Parts: sequence; C-alpha cells; structure tokens
Amino acid sequence: MENNVIVSLDGVSVAFDGEEVLSDFSLDIHDEEFVTLLGPSGCGKTTTLRVIGGFLIPNSGRVFFNGKDITDMPPHKREVNTVFQRYALFPHLNVFENIAFGLRLKKVPDPEIKIQVSKMLDLVGLQGFEGRKVTSMSGGQQQRVAIARALVNRPRILLLDEPLGALDLKLRKEMQIELKRIQQSLNITFIYVTHDQEEALTMSDTIVVMNNGVIHQIGSPVDIYNEPKNAFVAEFIGESNILPGIMVKDFLVSAAGIEFTCVDSGFKLKEQVDIVIRPEDIKLVEPAKGQISGIVKSVVFKGVHYEMVVEQAGYEWLVHSTSFEHEGTQVGMRIGPNEIHIMTHTERVEVYD
Amino acid sequence: MIKTRIVSLPYLVWMAIFIVAPLVMVCFYAFTTPDGALTFDNLSGLGRYMPVFTRSIWLAAIATVICLVLAFPLAFIISRMSESKQSMMLLFLLLPMWMNFLLRTYAWMSLLENNGLINRLLGLVHLGPFQMINTQGAVVLGMVYNYLPFMILPLYSVMTKIDNSIIEAAEDLGAGRLGVISRVLVPLSMPGITTGIIMVFVPSISTFIISRMLGGGDTLLVGDLIEMQFLGNAYNPHLGSAMALVLMVLVLLFMSLTGTSSDEEMEDMLI
Repeated sequence: MENNVIVSLDGVSVAFDGEEVLSDFSLDIHDEEFVTLLGPSGCGKTTTLRVIGGFLIPNSGRVFFNGKDITDMPPHKREVNTVFQRYALFPHLNVFENIAFGLRLKKVPDPEIKIQVSKMLDLVGLQGFEGRKVTSMSGGQQQRVAIARALVNRPRILLLDEPLGALDLKLRKEMQIELKRIQQSLNITFIYVTHDQEEALTMSDTIVVMNNGVIHQIGSPVDIYNEPKNAFVAEFIGESNILPGIMVKDFLVSAAGIEFTCVDSGFKLKEQVDIVIRPEDIKLVEPAKGQISGIVKSVVFKGVHYEMVVEQAGYEWLVHSTSFEHEGTQVGMRIGPNEIHIMTHTERVEVYD
Repeated sequence: MIKTRIVSLPYLVWMAIFIVAPLVMVCFYAFTTPDGALTFDNLSGLGRYMPVFTRSIWLAAIATVICLVLAFPLAFIISRMSESKQSMMLLFLLLPMWMNFLLRTYAWMSLLENNGLINRLLGLVHLGPFQMINTQGAVVLGMVYNYLPFMILPLYSVMTKIDNSIIEAAEDLGAGRLGVISRVLVPLSMPGITTGIIMVFVPSISTFIISRMLGGGDTLLVGDLIEMQFLGNAYNPHLGSAMALVLMVLVLLFMSLTGTSSDEEMEDMLI
C-alpha cells in the first residue's frame, strides 16, 4: 500500500499576507484513489489543490510526484489536470476546441485529436455537441466539457475544485455518481475538494478532513462517519450529539448524569472525554424502558424521518426517528454501547448550537 | 413610439446640421470647380499626392503597431493588479492627457531638437548630436506618445473581464507563456485590439499637427496637405475636399476590415 503513493506533500506551509493557510501540511495520496479534501470554507483545501496543480509555490515544504520533487515545476509541465470551480472554459472556443486545447498544444495530429475528443464526449455523455458554443450551454453541460477537457490529456491525477458547487441538487447527485463512474473506468487518481460532507461520503475512497490548514482525520467514509477522531470531525460530518463526559473505567463512561456502557477502553480513569452519539443511533422507547428519559421539545418532518429535540436534565438531544411523537411527550431513549463514540476532549465543543 | 420620436428630434437636427450637411458640402466641393461646374479633376489629380497618402498610411500603421505592442502587456499587467492599484495606474496613464495636446507635442520638440535636452545630455557623454527632430521617427514617436492611451484603455477594459482561472486552465492544459498569450489572451482581447487599432490608426492617419511640429517639411502627411488647401497658401478647398473624401473612404474601408469580425465577438464577450 505504501509504495503506490503518487502525490506526497511534505511539511507544506502556505501563507497569504502573513496569514498561514496551510501549516506544516503532510499528506500522501495513493494511485487510483478517489481522495476528498473536506472542510469548511477557508480551511486550506483549495490551497492544497493549487499547490498540487502548481499554481501556488509553497513558502516551505516539498511536493513529490511519483517520488520526484515537483515543488517548483510550473503547471503546464505537470501530469496533473484541473477541473476548475467555475469551469473556466474558453469562451472563444466551441466544445470541440475546448476539449482539443491540450492535445493541440502537444501537436497531436488532427485525425487523432478527432478520435480522442469524440471518445471524451462519449465518456461524459455529450455526443453531438462538438460545434456548440460553450457560452450557450447549461451549467451541467459546461461541467462535463470541463471534465472532458481535463481528462483528454490522460493526466495521472485529476484535481477537482468544488466542481458541483454551482449545480442544483438533482444534477449534483447525478454528477456525483457520474464522476465516480468515470474515475473507476479510467483508473486515475481523483483529488476532490468540497465542503459538502454528503458529497464526500458518497464518492470518496479516502476523506481528508481539514480545518484551519491542518488535517484532523484521514480515513474511509465509514471510518470518518463512525469513528470521528475529535469533536470537529464529528460535528462536520453529519449531525451529532456531542457531550462532555468522564471515563469511569474501561467500557463505562458517564455523561449527562448517566453512566453508559461503551466499547472503548484505554483512557485514563476519570479522564475528560467527548462522547459523540449520532441522532439516528438513539432509539425512542417507552419512558420506563430507556436509559434516559426526556420531554420532546420540537418535531420537524424531514421526509425519511422526524427530527426531534428531546430535553433531559438541561441537555438537548438531537434524535432522528421514523416514529412520530407529539411535542411535550415524555419519551425514553436507548443508546447501545456500539453507538457511543468516545474521543479525547477538545476545547471546541458546541453542544447547544 | 411618437414620444421617442419627439425626444430624438434634437439629435436628428444636430446630426443634420453638423454631420450630414458638412458631408454633403465636402462631396459638393470635391466634385466642382471654383466656378461651380461639375468636375472629376480634383479626384483624378490626386495621383501626384500618392507618396503623401502612402506615407500617411505607413507612418500611422507603424505607430499603431508600436502602440499595440506597448499597450498589450501593460494593459494585461494593469488588469491583474488589485482594484485600488488599477485605478491609480489608469490615473497615471490619463494624467498627461489632461494637458493640452499642442503643449505636449511642443515639449517633444524641445526635447528632440538638435541642441535640445536629449542631444545635450548625450553630448555630456560624448555622443551625438543626432538628428532626431524633423524625421519620420519623430512623427511616429509623437503619434505613439499622444495616442497610446487610446490603445491601452480598450485593451484594459476587455482584459479585466478575463478571469484568472481561464489563464490557469490554459497553463493547466499545457500552455507555456507563449501558448497562453497566443491561444487565450489575444483571442479573448480581440474586441479591445480592434477598437484600439481604430482609435490609434484613425487619428494618426489624419493628423497634421504632429507631423508639422516634429516632422518638419519632409514628412508631409495627408492631414498637412488638407490643412494647406483650406488655411495655407495653397488655398484650394475643392482639392482639399477631394483629399478629405479619399481619406474618409480609406478610413471607412479600414474600419470595415477590422470591424466586421469584432462585432460578433464583442457580443460573445458580453454574455
């Protein structure tokens, strides 16, 4: 696994006007992987992409491609292509010439260009659009042209900077599946930047959760969702109840005045911890049968489930349930040991936001 | 409908008096003798002024090309600056234009003279003196100096609309500096280039003051010829009108050559 690293950032730091955007950032990306850099805006994810693309030379640290130092290599010499946030198609060229742009620069003979471009149009589902003006196309179509324009150069890595941000929800979902399909059929590395956690969970092999220029967690979507390393990750990926707790002993944690059995061990006795419970992992039961009981404060219908806030001893629990309870009802809640995730305490806990 | 007609009336009157009427008069003079008889002699006699026409076209063309070469990188650099710096740079560019045109050209006279500032400075390091004033070079210099802002401004205004990501996309796809310029910047700046060329070429080809002041007697331009027919010793408004007519046709021809392609592109750019 370790030898097929294709891109490696080693201690990269980037600062704009003295403000550090990436600090001592190190990351290995494996070949043929779909990697997502996920984080809130301003977390440094686009900066990371620009460093890999060659549009930004880091203040310190090195960038390696296939083991070769490419830190100072200009973008046009890198085997990397980018799909830009706002597509950045060439408005003076039609669809065919937009896609052929890279090949023309490489002096590929005309008949070959024709074959390659039409292959790409097939791949992104835009057959017959060769002569269209890019300015007269819809956002989704422009997006496909941008992807084809990048992929026709057979890059080892495709960088995608929030490529679906400007599309509506339905189209976005379609394109997510489409992108994953393209990545798998071409077997190339995708490095994808987004702030949309759902997008990240849907497409990625590996998610890199970032904030303030540092990596909080790297892992598969399942790992990141189920085993968030700290409160930031837990809060950013999906909704969650985060409570301060204290480890009573191995496999027993106390929070909200109640002791829960859990599956975690190895913490110090009486250690301050954060416990994370996903709202869909809380089961509503009869008041007497729950570990805890509280009063339903609000109910919102969300389609697949009801989103409820249950108040108990000053805590507000976010609960997702398919069964409906009236506001003001007394309910019991059951939380299985497997559903309780325990993390070392971080300062940044906002339980009641 | 009727309202718009009423509102446009003053403009129509204005155009009739100051545009249509003079045009008609120029045409009338060009095809008549001082006695008022119809003639083609004025036009057919222009053949001997051929060298002046070609010189005018040639010098205006050189000045236009120099302006384009100077203005293109400058406009691009300004368009990539922060907004506050952009407006400051534009102010610096326009500042000389607030000074009188004649005054600016006079200043060049005293700089370029045989015992002018430049030659005296060169003399200090034992160079020259060089003959700079009364040369075609001086005329071109005067044109470039006076009309350069007219090239920079339209270029700048189209270039500010070129998003940085489009340039980055070209680099990303393998374009080096030259590739970016020839395949992206130039085509996308085309509307500005054609406007700039017209804005520099047209006043350059018809100027008379620059050639008179900096070119001496040897570099007579069409503008000087026309001026002489109306205000000078050669007084002959009929011949002058014929020249003006030919110059106008030349300019229109030139504009139709550069203009047709740019209109369409201009529309695309605006989307």
